[in-house]
Amino acid sequence: MAFNYEKWLRPNKLPHIWCPGCGHGIIMKGLIRALDSLNLQKENTAIVSGIGCASRLPGYIDCCTLHTAHGRAAAFATGVKMAKPDMNVILVGGDGDGTAIGGNHFIHACRRNIDMTYIILNNNIYGMTGGQFSPCTPTGAKASTTPYGNPDPGFDIAKLAIGAGATFVARGTAYHANQIDKLIAEAIQHKGFSVVEILDDCPTTYGRRNKFKSVIEMMNRLKEVAVPVKAAEKMTPEQLQGKVLTGVLYKDEIKPEYTSEYAKVIERAQAAK
Amino acid sequence: MSKKVAFLQGNEAATHGALYAGCNFFAGYPITPSTEVAEIMSAELPKIGGKFMQMEDEIGAMAAILGAALAGSKTLTSTSGPGLSLKQELIGYGCIAEIPCVIYNVMRGGPSTGMPTGPSQSDVMSAKWGTHGDHPAICLVPSTVQETYEEMIRAFNLSEKYRTPVMVMPDEIVAHMRERVVFPEPGEIAVTPRKSPTVPPEQYKPYDTSFGDVPPLASYGSGYKFHVTGLNKLPDGFPTTKAEYVQAEEERQVRKVDANIDDIVEFEEYMLEDAEAVVIAYGSTSRSARYAVNEARAQGIKAGMFRLKTFWPFPDKQIKALAGKVKGLIVPEMNLGMCSLEVERNAQGKAPILKINRVDGEPINPGQILEKIKEVK
Repeated sequence: MAFNYEKWLRPNKLPHIWCPGCGHGIIMKGLIRALDSLNLQKENTAIVSGIGCASRLPGYIDCCTLHTAHGRAAAFATGVKMAKPDMNVILVGGDGDGTAIGGNHFIHACRRNIDMTYIILNNNIYGMTGGQFSPCTPTGAKASTTPYGNPDPGFDIAKLAIGAGATFVARGTAYHANQIDKLIAEAIQHKGFSVVEILDDCPTTYGRRNKFKSVIEMMNRLKEVAVPVKAAEKMTPEQLQGKVLTGVLYKDEIKPEYTSEYAKVIERAQAAK
Repeated sequence: MSKKVAFLQGNEAATHGALYAGCNFFAGYPITPSTEVAEIMSAELPKIGGKFMQMEDEIGAMAAILGAALAGSKTLTSTSGPGLSLKQELIGYGCIAEIPCVIYNVMRGGPSTGMPTGPSQSDVMSAKWGTHGDHPAICLVPSTVQETYEEMIRAFNLSEKYRTPVMVMPDEIVAHMRERVVFPEPGEIAVTPRKSPTVPPEQYKPYDTSFGDVPPLASYGSGYKFHVTGLNKLPDGFPTTKAEYVQAEEERQVRKVDANIDDIVEFEEYMLEDAEAVVIAYGSTSRSARYAVNEARAQGIKAGMFRLKTFWPFPDKQIKALAGKVKGLIVPEMNLGMCSLEVERNAQGKAPILKINRVDGEPINPGQILEKIKEVK
């Protein structure tokens, strides 16, 4: 299938700000393919972000785009969705933005199961500010604020989302580019709060500090650690050591969706009037 | 037909005023002493097809009303001191992105947790200086339950007219006391609609100043697609660091309020004609001041009151004029001196300023004010 990238981009806002070797552009293309394949209406689609490299993504896409404050994308987006439940609302952001400063909004959006899709570009670092460690920086790794190695344990974003009540959770990588659009499209079609974590790399502020010799080496790491959920079923715990599951990790089609539940609140209030 | 009358608390009246003004989206977080607003909204909004959200925190509530406002709703949040502090970054977002919304903040003792059930007037500076950066500020300070109702309508109207967040800040006494409220008939008080774009979607720019200092605002989901950011921006809404744009935009955002002070600022002049000792008061403190002025007059003292209804923008012109013709200005307030700083700035040494400051959770009583009036020579 041929995808019409130009239709979705804002050509006069390009080139984008991302560094050579960054995976964000690959993920943006995946998102565009998802939007295109679902034939969404631009005017009826809001793309909401917080602050950071990944959060600059909405500015390049020709939809209703909202670049909010650091960590607040999910809360702003909740306002948009509640005001206009018929809109498609897609959130985009990084791991620090979404799971540190925005962690509270993230888990509560999961809990409500409000019909929005959150794409988290997890590059394990705060890139825009120069490479400070994030809640997703691996333990022991070097960051500009962990010169002796990171003492913090990290978050598993997918487990966090499932535990908090999201009803569709998937994971992909920037290396597996052809899978990204399919995961995002399935997430958008899911009625409920969907989370798609895409493992990504930051060669500029993470790779250089952690002895990756090239972008290719970083991309190869993503290739090597990723194990599709189906394949993982046949693997032993020893074989799965150090691996990361990819694909659709969790799906619940029973839990009620929030805007539909609120429509019932309105019905009950009006019946009691 | 006689008008509907009710015996209401300030917080209840605020909620009904918001609904009269067309509020159809509320997001909040429980906090004393403003929680009644959220409770009533949770019951009333769904009846009219509106939305009530109890968010996970104060910041989330502020974010949700900004998002909903961009999607076309008329939005309100309610809070008190600690919540106001938490919301400040996003109040700045509302200022720079020019998003109409109303923040109802009941002033309690502070800083920090302070005295949650005690009254204060210590958030008035926070209303203007709480968020970082230069920005416009509109803050209304009602002193009766009826006025709280009416000022909520005015707050929504001003937020739409000037496309900016507006704060309504009663002190805890006004918020929790009960008084008779006479409801206006539908249509009796004008409700300002959002200034919507007149150009087709492909020509729309959210900060197009060719339409004046307050550009029209489209809403998401209405056929218009546009970009909004908290960065300094170009007329099309996209970020810029170009010096000439940033300077002009910052100046315009402040100017849209400052150049319209006479339209925004409201006040009451009480027995000022021949007054020599003038009390400058707001909120519940002005009720004690009125009593003190009446008492002074009964004793043959030429006293009067200038009552602020709008704290920001501050009525500079009026206070300057007043300072030039009186023997003394008395500023009672439930903080350690906030309004008095503004009065000093305007009086420029032309009249002595006598301050009364209480932060012990007790109201300033008429006797204290009368005593100061008598000190004016």
